Amino acid sequence: MLRNSLIAGGLALALSACATAYAGDGPKTASNAAALTPEQADPYPSTYRAYPGRPTALVGATVYDGKGGRIDNGTVLLRDGKLVAVGDASLSTEGYDRIDGTGKFVTPGIIDIHSHLGVYPSPSVSAQSDGNEATAPTTPQVWAEHSVWPQDPGFSRALANGGVTALQILPGSANLMGGRSAILKNVPSRTVQGMKFPGAPYGFKMACGENPKRVYGSKGRMPSTRMGNFAVDRQTWLDAKGYDGKKRDLGKETLKGVLDGKILVHNHCYRADEMAQVIDMAKEMGYRVTAFHHAVEAYKIGDLLKQNDICSAIWADWSGFKMESYDGIPENAALLWKEGACVVIHSDDENGIQRLNQEAAKAQAAGRRMGIVIPDAEVIRWLTLNPAHAMGIDAMTGSLEAGKMADVVLWNGNPLSVYSRPEKVWIDGALLYDADNRKLRPVSDFELGQVGEGDVK
Amino acid sequence: MIRRSLLAAASLAAFASPTMAQDLAITNATVATGDGSEPIQHATVLVRGGKVIAAGPDVAVPQGVTAIDGTGKWVTPGLFASMTTLGLSDVDGVSESNDTAARGSPFGAALDVTPALNPWSQGVAVTRDGGVTRASVYERPASSIFGGQGAVVDLGADPDMVVRPRAFQLVALGEYGARLAGGSRVSAQAELRNALREARQYGADAKLASGKSDPRMVDNGVARGEDALLNRFDAAALVPVVNGEQPLYVHVERDADIRSVLRLKQEFPKLKLVLVGASEGWRAADAIAAAQVPVIADALDDLPASFEQLAATQSNVGRMMRAGVTVAVGNLAGTTGDQPRNLPQFAGNLVALTKIPGASGLSWGQALAAITSVPAQIAGYSGRFGVLKPGAAGDVVIWDGDPLELSTAPERVFIDGVEQPRDNHQTRLRDRYKTLDTSQLPKAYDW
Repeated sequence: MLRNSLIAGGLALALSACATAYAGDGPKTASNAAALTPEQADPYPSTYRAYPGRPTALVGATVYDGKGGRIDNGTVLLRDGKLVAVGDASLSTEGYDRIDGTGKFVTPGIIDIHSHLGVYPSPSVSAQSDGNEATAPTTPQVWAEHSVWPQDPGFSRALANGGVTALQILPGSANLMGGRSAILKNVPSRTVQGMKFPGAPYGFKMACGENPKRVYGSKGRMPSTRMGNFAVDRQTWLDAKGYDGKKRDLGKETLKGVLDGKILVHNHCYRADEMAQVIDMAKEMGYRVTAFHHAVEAYKIGDLLKQNDICSAIWADWSGFKMESYDGIPENAALLWKEGACVVIHSDDENGIQRLNQEAAKAQAAGRRMGIVIPDAEVIRWLTLNPAHAMGIDAMTGSLEAGKMADVVLWNGNPLSVYSRPEKVWIDGALLYDADNRKLRPVSDFELGQVGEGDVK
Repeated sequence: MIRRSLLAAASLAAFASPTMAQDLAITNATVATGDGSEPIQHATVLVRGGKVIAAGPDVAVPQGVTAIDGTGKWVTPGLFASMTTLGLSDVDGVSESNDTAARGSPFGAALDVTPALNPWSQGVAVTRDGGVTRASVYERPASSIFGGQGAVVDLGADPDMVVRPRAFQLVALGEYGARLAGGSRVSAQAELRNALREARQYGADAKLASGKSDPRMVDNGVARGEDALLNRFDAAALVPVVNGEQPLYVHVERDADIRSVLRLKQEFPKLKLVLVGASEGWRAADAIAAAQVPVIADALDDLPASFEQLAATQSNVGRMMRAGVTVAVGNLAGTTGDQPRNLPQFAGNLVALTKIPGASGLSWGQALAAITSVPAQIAGYSGRFGVLKPGAAGDVVIWDGDPLELSTAPERVFIDGVEQPRDNHQTRLRDRYKTLDTSQLPKAYDW
């Protein structure tokens, strides 16, 4: 593959000389490459359709709308899969089933921007370990959706315990370019297509730092250093810029999609100095980084991230488990928020995805202790509208606004308290989890007929 | 430990802290003693000479004792983190700094974490700042099914971390142990039995006296037979296990594996067993309770992460407790890495389950006990650690609110009555990057 890349690089370099349209000045919409037909551009289309739901009025609860607003004693109306209205107690609920939310809380469905459910499913056995195509440092040609196992029981835990209604499944970080992400509705399905979020753009997973250089360096091949990481990345971009599409190349189609601004870059990167270099590389090559993932040192460059409109998708308090995470601090989110930069709390973990609300609460509290006071409603944005924005689905979901998808969680208490859990979860207006109805809890094929089937989990 | 702390303080004069054990009284606080009871309002905790003297509503503050106004605060015993690797690595992913497992070691059971412990690792400092004052530290089995001998430690900012060396032996059975034993549970079970038999024989032949001395270090020329599989050091280390003087912690998850472990007592009646993991413990809860074997469980495992955890549920701890099993929450593997500072969050989640129909949660008092007095009891320190009662160590944490809640944190931490420093690598980074202004000098000058 290394040899192949170099040969391809030589060819592409010659071509790119006249491909001036791709000079490093930001995403392009126009393109001189042979355009893909709609079937070629979306060959595995979403077959998801909203499940039936009843017109429902949630009344009396505290509502966090996901975009920073809070309504006490609010009313949220759902009908035909959409949010009809979000307001105070004066809204008429005639024609709706009323659910009393007194003492409870309503938020948009929780969104995890960084999950490996399905590609690293439970049970965690090598037969199903499908998240890293770790056979070449750049594999832009692979798509996570071709690895997702829809029967991963983890999806149901994320729904019932975490209130997660949408999530981005990313390839792992062994490779500099790991492949395309899959954005899913957290709806059980026989097929991946039945989970795919209709209209969501693709994401593109990149990684810098320790992982790629370790994985390939240990195989005696490039990259074995951080400078090697950048060299391979840059050459791959240069090669892609010359792609004319006449002979289809799956990897270059993806890279081209990134250069055209249609595919959003999600870049695993821990260290501040490295993120700053990636920002320059993106400018050099003419693409945009949408979000840095893991970003434990983002707090050191909040100004730079703000200036470049890049989100930081982060844990609340993971640190010290590898060298590049050694400077992780619990105040990361709060310091970024103070700088005006975009904060997303992510999981990267089949357990953590069940408690994104708790992780956000810890991050909020760490800020408060250093004098950065962030309102609860603002913190909820880190789990809803901000990830939706960075995933390119914010026009459809991520906040409680009329006309958006009715992806809604009713919590039995303040979601920023350890004592609260989802009570009911709607996805596109369909009630798909109800703590009070044991049959409204998804059980994957894998769990049927086995010990623990249908348990509370 | 107090004496050690004082010595430490003297030798560390260059640092601002730690200082001497203080006599102190925290008054008018919400006090949770850690014994399973619910919190007491407007109570006082009195610590003198490094020990708890009293904790409760009607405690007078003697003259000469520093009074700390606890109004609006919560006070608990220091948390006890069961089954961590604190002090054994700086950065898990940096193999040079990581002493938590030794795949290439010629030893198994003989391994002893004690001489490798580093009280100054950042993991210790960060965890201490989260209110954890004591822990049981283990070595992960890697060269054989035996991980070796773990220690009970304190997290004080002083040079001596060890409270009890060689406090327990750890063995892995189940899937992980099976892989270490050559590829099957069948082999792991044979390896365990053979090891215990060889140890029993060796202990008898060498007349290794029971007691506190380290049996590995006893010189003797006892012949062991040419078919011995264990080396002499490993065999000696297992003598106190087979004699019931040193607890045997057994990592298993599956119902069937748990029952198989409990049956070991028929062949080795003196074994003092502790189950670690036990995701499916609820399915064997009556048997575990009847055998009076305590459990250190990972509280929130609810995925069929492996075929031995198919029945995992967050209700596991609650169901086992209801059946009468002694359960500590610990071993926080898998979720946030080895970050015992999240113990209160995990315990709080078990309280949250009480509001979920069909789930088995814990009362608030039980949840706190599961991260304080119960793990201390399992470690052999009942009434001495993890509890605020007369005679217990002066391990006291003052919190800015309900300690199990996500929004709260310790404000002051005392170990053996010695107030602990709050600064660590993380707090210093936080302070340095409070602003991003580098107009006058680079950040490197801000310290």
